[in-house]
Amino acid sequence: MTQPSPTNLSNRLGYELEVNGVRYPITADAGRSLLSVIRNEVGLTGTKEGCDDCECGACMVLVDGRPVNSCSFLAAQCQGRSVTTVEGLAGDDRLHPLQQVLLDAGGVQCGFCTPGMLISTHALLTVNPDPNEEDVRIGLSGNLCRCTGYTNIVAAVLQATGTRESNAGAEPEA
Amino acid sequence: MAFTIATTVDEALERLADGARPVAGGTDLVVGARQGKVPLPHDLVAIDRVDELLTIGQDDHGARIGAGVTHDRLLSNPLIVGDYTALADGAALIGSPATRHVGTIGGNVMNGSPAMDTGAPLVVLGARIELRSATTTRLVDPLELWTGPGTTSARTDELCTACLLPALPARTGSAYVRLEFRRAMEIAVVGAAALVRLDESGSVLDLHIALTAVAPTIMAVEGTEVLMGRTVDDNLTDQVAALASEQASPISDLRAGDRYRRHTVGVMARRAVQAAAQRAQGTMIDVPVNRAIGIGAAR
Repeated sequence: MTQPSPTNLSNRLGYELEVNGVRYPITADAGRSLLSVIRNEVGLTGTKEGCDDCECGACMVLVDGRPVNSCSFLAAQCQGRSVTTVEGLAGDDRLHPLQQVLLDAGGVQCGFCTPGMLISTHALLTVNPDPNEEDVRIGLSGNLCRCTGYTNIVAAVLQATGTRESNAGAEPEA
Repeated sequence: MAFTIATTVDEALERLADGARPVAGGTDLVVGARQGKVPLPHDLVAIDRVDELLTIGQDDHGARIGAGVTHDRLLSNPLIVGDYTALADGAALIGSPATRHVGTIGGNVMNGSPAMDTGAPLVVLGARIELRSATTTRLVDPLELWTGPGTTSARTDELCTACLLPALPARTGSAYVRLEFRRAMEIAVVGAAALVRLDESGSVLDLHIALTAVAPTIMAVEGTEVLMGRTVDDNLTDQVAALASEQASPISDLRAGDRYRRHTVGVMARRAVQAAAQRAQGTMIDVPVNRAIGIGAAR
């Protein structure tokens, strides 16, 4: 770790950030966004920088289970909270069922919006396990996709919930 | 840059007295800084873990909404949806699920945007805004709090701690309607909130209208006294639309021209009064009323 220069010494905060259940020691400027800290300090690059302006949702993560645009949320505000990124959804060497269904349904094209779509879907299904199409469209309304036209993404989410219903007793959501 | 996390109001107020600025969800402050509008303050105090700011309470006088209550909670809280429905309508239209999960009513009020979606509802519901400093507490009328686009009469050592809403009499309904081009992540083009109180025969006992994004601040429509004692029919709502359009002083910008805004704010006022009157009569209209009456409908 490089020593901060005397001029910005007072700017830097030291704190712990819990991401996907792992605690990382962070030393960063108080004004650093959660996105920047996740990508550059923690080193997890699944979370994307789209607009960097709180409009597109590519940077969506969960903070204590709630969807947050990490580009415009201060990392320092997440001390003592639990952050989940797209990497936290999947298990070792296997896709989360939502990831698989999104792939199967053609809901992934360039893939840049996909991590954010997955996080928003996860947040939606946590509070509403059986959404209708309207619920899904509202739940994903903060996530822009410039490839798919959304149809296959919405279809995938609806299919995922249907699958879950028919697989009663299947492994619960991460 | 200094950053602290407050856990009590007093702690936050002490930091404000030292020159710190408050941050809760950051949906205006941090986003504004990223867009280069206003640099992030050098001294910040996070207030999103102050329990006193996070409650919605009720007593004989009415409701007290802590400044840190998020839009997501407003739009689903039974007291707000049941008694102060216009506020739930407004909260439900803000941003996206992510915006609503972290954005707060106190932040929306103190950001002072003329396009804020909780502002017109708060005005028609008769809200008072509680401002506290380390040494003072005062209640202000929101129309006196907002002094221009993005400016308020609050001092820098004052924190918005709550919005107080009076208890409403029976047969009172409220609604907030917004013109939408899109269904999410949109800043209001124009909007209108209405509160209507009816007597047993359906005549108007009380009627308030406030308008969004047609003046330097949220504005109340004046001259509604002439509507008392009438029934809410097309004649009355025509007059409502005319009053709203006449009193608006909209600008032209990338979202709409001034003439379009002036016309459509009348339409929004008419629909808000119609919906509020229906709710006053006990008709259930889902939150947000925009969806129920087909504005911004996807299909």
